[in-house]
Amino acid sequence: MAKIIVHQDKVTNPEELTSLCPFSAIEYNDGNLEINAACKMCMICVKKGPEGVFEYIEEEVKTVDKSKWKGIAVYVDHVEGDIHPVTFELIGKAKELAAKIKQPVYCLFAGHNIKSKAHEILHYGVDEVFVYDYEELEDFRIEPYTAVFEDFIKNINPTIVLVGGTTLGRSLAPRVAARFRTGLTADCTILDVQENTDLDQIRPAFGGNIMAHIHTPNHRPQFATVRYKIFSAPERSEKPSGKVTLCDIEEEKLDSKIKVLDVKKKEKVESLEDAEVIVVAGRAVKKEEDLNMINELADLLGAQTAGTRPLIEAGWVDPRKQIGLSGRTVKPKLIITCGVSGAVQFVAGMNNSDCIIAINKDENAPIFNVAHYAVVGDIYEVVPKLIEKIKNGELSVNQLMDNKKIVAGAK
Amino acid sequence: MEILVCIKQVPGTTEVEVDEKTGVLKRDGIDSKTNPYDLFAIETALRMKESKGAKVGVISMGPPQAKEVIREAFMMGADEGVLLTDRRFAGADCLATAYTLSQGIKKAGNPDLIICGKMTTDGDTAQVGPEIAEFLNIPHVANVKRIIEIKKKSIVVEMDMPDTVEIAEVQYPCLITVDKDIYQPRLPSFKRKLATKDKEIVEYSLDDLEDKNEKNYGLNGSPTQVKRIFPPEIDTTHVMWKGSSDELADKVFGKLKELKFI
Repeated sequence: MAKIIVHQDKVTNPEELTSLCPFSAIEYNDGNLEINAACKMCMICVKKGPEGVFEYIEEEVKTVDKSKWKGIAVYVDHVEGDIHPVTFELIGKAKELAAKIKQPVYCLFAGHNIKSKAHEILHYGVDEVFVYDYEELEDFRIEPYTAVFEDFIKNINPTIVLVGGTTLGRSLAPRVAARFRTGLTADCTILDVQENTDLDQIRPAFGGNIMAHIHTPNHRPQFATVRYKIFSAPERSEKPSGKVTLCDIEEEKLDSKIKVLDVKKKEKVESLEDAEVIVVAGRAVKKEEDLNMINELADLLGAQTAGTRPLIEAGWVDPRKQIGLSGRTVKPKLIITCGVSGAVQFVAGMNNSDCIIAINKDENAPIFNVAHYAVVGDIYEVVPKLIEKIKNGELSVNQLMDNKKIVAGAK
Repeated sequence: MEILVCIKQVPGTTEVEVDEKTGVLKRDGIDSKTNPYDLFAIETALRMKESKGAKVGVISMGPPQAKEVIREAFMMGADEGVLLTDRRFAGADCLATAYTLSQGIKKAGNPDLIICGKMTTDGDTAQVGPEIAEFLNIPHVANVKRIIEIKKKSIVVEMDMPDTVEIAEVQYPCLITVDKDIYQPRLPSFKRKLATKDKEIVEYSLDDLEDKNEKNYGLNGSPTQVKRIFPPEIDTTHVMWKGSSDELADKVFGKLKELKFI
């Protein structure tokens, strides 16, 4: 077993050495320097301590025959056949990784009455889609879904398995990884692959304050989950490629101790702190009805609308939607401030946001000090034009899709 | 009914820094607290205890200092506490942690219901709960937003799905992970602090567990390894756009598209 041992004979200043460990795992008891259960195996004592006192003893590790595991598998996240877009983003990444190691990309698609939907995936350049279509898989229940996943892995032996970091994926992936006693890295933001098929996984930890580079050197398959909107989906090609394979599984494996009584549409009562995107209305908004354009922009971006204190005091914005020291502190992925000057009290409540776009007429507005993108302009001109562009942009993409469908249908 | 809540001691703050030279976390060993998400799990268990009558235990894996979080659970109203502590558990990733906890849970007498917090604030993985359920071979429901009914042989819960909410009835024994805000956690009571200050915390080491193979625990039982840790890149972009409102709207639109918000 890998461990750190202490060579007591080389210890000269035991009390001092106890302070070496950032986790307080080194104790000095009855003339002996000991390592307790707080040890995180960070090796700092080995690296920083006086030579020869702390030694890391590694044991021979069980290795895996990596040549027996081939292909990159993507789990198709869906509700009743409606495929979650994170799936296509993962396919995009899987193709990129697969090209490096010259291996195929597979998809696992499990559900009920989904056969017809499986062909859609072939437009994104995967080699094979494995479909498990059973009544027992109609609603998500952990045991049958895990059983199907297990069956798929046992038959295909993929070296890498990517699962969307949705609430479903984050429940399913650890269950399957544990069944194979293999590693799973959650919420990866960067993925790369070595020639020997080892997956390089980088993910944030400690609430995003540090990044960790993780690998799974001696186990297969290597599992990773990735959240939505981290990677890019490939273009949908008109011509499908690859094939769909229907899979069988013994029905008794699909038993479950869970009974789904009802499935409801989700009500959206998100708190401001949970919002990924926020559009803020500031003092430059002159009339209450002018908030309509702010709300419209927010709707188009799937964002929540918030306000600064003057608008709260005017009664135009719900007090629960106030950002600042006397309101809420937020850290969304994107915040767009519209006509907000940027008083200290406001900025303190939002300056940790990942991306800040500020629109303000006054080039010297303090909000521009914290903005990543400072837009010097009048909200009454810029916001309506932006709304128009987003609407047209969406339209053209949809039109494109419709055109494609028409073309595909004509063939 | 017996309920066991899995809890973890985490650093008191997530404002940690990485020493760029050594690649090791800078943090002082003393400042720590109960993982905030676990407080919701403890509260859920205590509400069940109050409404249906149940024995509530807590279990944790960690250094001897982790007894503090078990004491805190006592102050909230937990009846029993188990700490899995052994040098050989050190360096565990999610899988090895879940395996160790599952062994401890077996030793503690297989409860009807296991409750975990949604995730921890230091690891942020949300994996340990489902992995424990797998090792115990029991069903689990993750992201429970609401407990609807507690029955004799099952529990009805509302689980959060990507676009829907599933109402599911799960037979015991089972494991649930609860979302934040399922209930408002109570504060530790001073009265209970005094009453439980000598309460025993059961300690198990590897030798007390059913599986005594050292290779399944700690660093050795961890398939994932941390190659290195480093500080995140901070977006230091700072650009100012001027021009006609058309140009400005174009620039913002382009940026939103690039960042995939559209």
